[in-house]
Amino acid sequence: MAIATCLGYDDLPELLTLLTGDEKHDWSSLSTLDVLWVLYDRVLGNGDRFLLSKGHGPTAYYAVLAAKGLIPVEALAGFGSFDSPLGYHPDRVLVPGVEISSGSLGHGLPIAVGVALAGRRTFCLVGDGELDEGSNWEAVQYAGRIGLGRLTAVVVDNHSSTYHWPGGIGARFELEGWSAARVDGRDHDELERALTVSHDDRPHVVVAEVRR
Amino acid sequence: MTMRERFYTLAADALEADPRVAMVFAEIGVAQMPRHPRLYNVGIREQLMIGVAAGLALEGYRPVVHSYTPFVVERPFEQIKLDLGHQDVGAVLVSNGASYDASHAGRTHQAPEDVALLAALPGWTIQVPGHPDEVERVFAQALTGDDRVYIRLSEEENHAPVNGDGLVVLRDGSNGAPLVVAVGPTLGAPLVATADLDATVAYLAMVRPFPRESLRAALRSTDVVLVEPYLAGTSAAEVSAAPTRQNVRRPASATPTAIPSPWPSEPLEISTPGTRFRSGW
Repeated sequence: MAIATCLGYDDLPELLTLLTGDEKHDWSSLSTLDVLWVLYDRVLGNGDRFLLSKGHGPTAYYAVLAAKGLIPVEALAGFGSFDSPLGYHPDRVLVPGVEISSGSLGHGLPIAVGVALAGRRTFCLVGDGELDEGSNWEAVQYAGRIGLGRLTAVVVDNHSSTYHWPGGIGARFELEGWSAARVDGRDHDELERALTVSHDDRPHVVVAEVRR
Repeated sequence: MTMRERFYTLAADALEADPRVAMVFAEIGVAQMPRHPRLYNVGIREQLMIGVAAGLALEGYRPVVHSYTPFVVERPFEQIKLDLGHQDVGAVLVSNGASYDASHAGRTHQAPEDVALLAALPGWTIQVPGHPDEVERVFAQALTGDDRVYIRLSEEENHAPVNGDGLVVLRDGSNGAPLVVAVGPTLGAPLVATADLDATVAYLAMVRPFPRESLRAALRSTDVVLVEPYLAGTSAAEVSAAPTRQNVRRPASATPTAIPSPWPSEPLEISTPGTRFRSGW
């Protein structure tokens, strides 16, 4: 694993405080934080790609990138300011370690399909609300039918979709030929097991349930 | 052989010749191509088509995307803006069925807005070839780069190719004569219409970036007639931006009789030998 560990999970609250300038910030409410940490700390290897499709509220992402030494900790304090590379939505051209620029929903998974077709083991994080966008399902159908085993999607399910199907996200992926796992989105060991399961012949989805 | 048929031949050759090239299709055109491991048919999914091309480009491939014009430019427009532009990666988009080629097929299959839409996004090279031979040239050029290129194929074509990049002056008028710019497959009618007129006639296939300098150099007056095969006025702002007052005024010391025209009376040199405009249009 090429990513050098600089700081640990316990350092993330302090990094998040740098980003938000709010010492009372309830960092545990960040739905993606644990998934991101497990990916960068335990799962991603040399040559792997991670695409954050759900680019909204990227503070947890920036904190993890800083903890892993991909961006300088000093950069965090400028988050969202005029001349900071750390905008409200990540920009791959401005921030090292950011694989795709995101913010508009439903773009990451189709791009991840292309990255995986190019031969990379590819992980893509989407939100359950984001799955409202039909473009995701173009990717889900195609990846499932061609058996794109290099692709793993992580759905952080914090029940933000208005017309969601409670408990049904994994089933929708499975219907299209994916393997699926549902885990507690705060449980690092569960996340690691689900994210590293062997699935050479088909894409894999991990639905990480996070209660607000 | 039509532009479209020529493209399929060129695309198949490119897949064999260049391991960097990958094709992403959405059903349309798949039946016309030989199978190849780097020809990806994503089904009738145009948003995915662009997204997959972006992913391949991020990994160093040179993706070529192809579909019918409204389905490659309009339906996945945000993917073109973000998956390609905002990621700062390139692809070659090749459309077929230009403007009203499918006049019989109704509004769903007509996209005269294509060039105006892509011209509104930064970083696009837009090619409007007027002949299958020009398709071969611009497609080969596009494959060598990493940038964003749109190649607009049309069922209408000129009788003969015009070679040379940028604005190609085919016939030079005298000072004060208007400049007629024919874009892509529109060349035939302007040539006929101006046959007995004193006019400078020029041909343009690459409309973005727009060759403002060349247009300025070709001016003999302030009158420009722009003949475009798509939404009227698509390049009007570019034409308006090209000339300056100085460019259309004779030098202060000059009189028409005392000093030879500063502008050439012969057609401009074209980079490729033997490509000068020939009669017979």
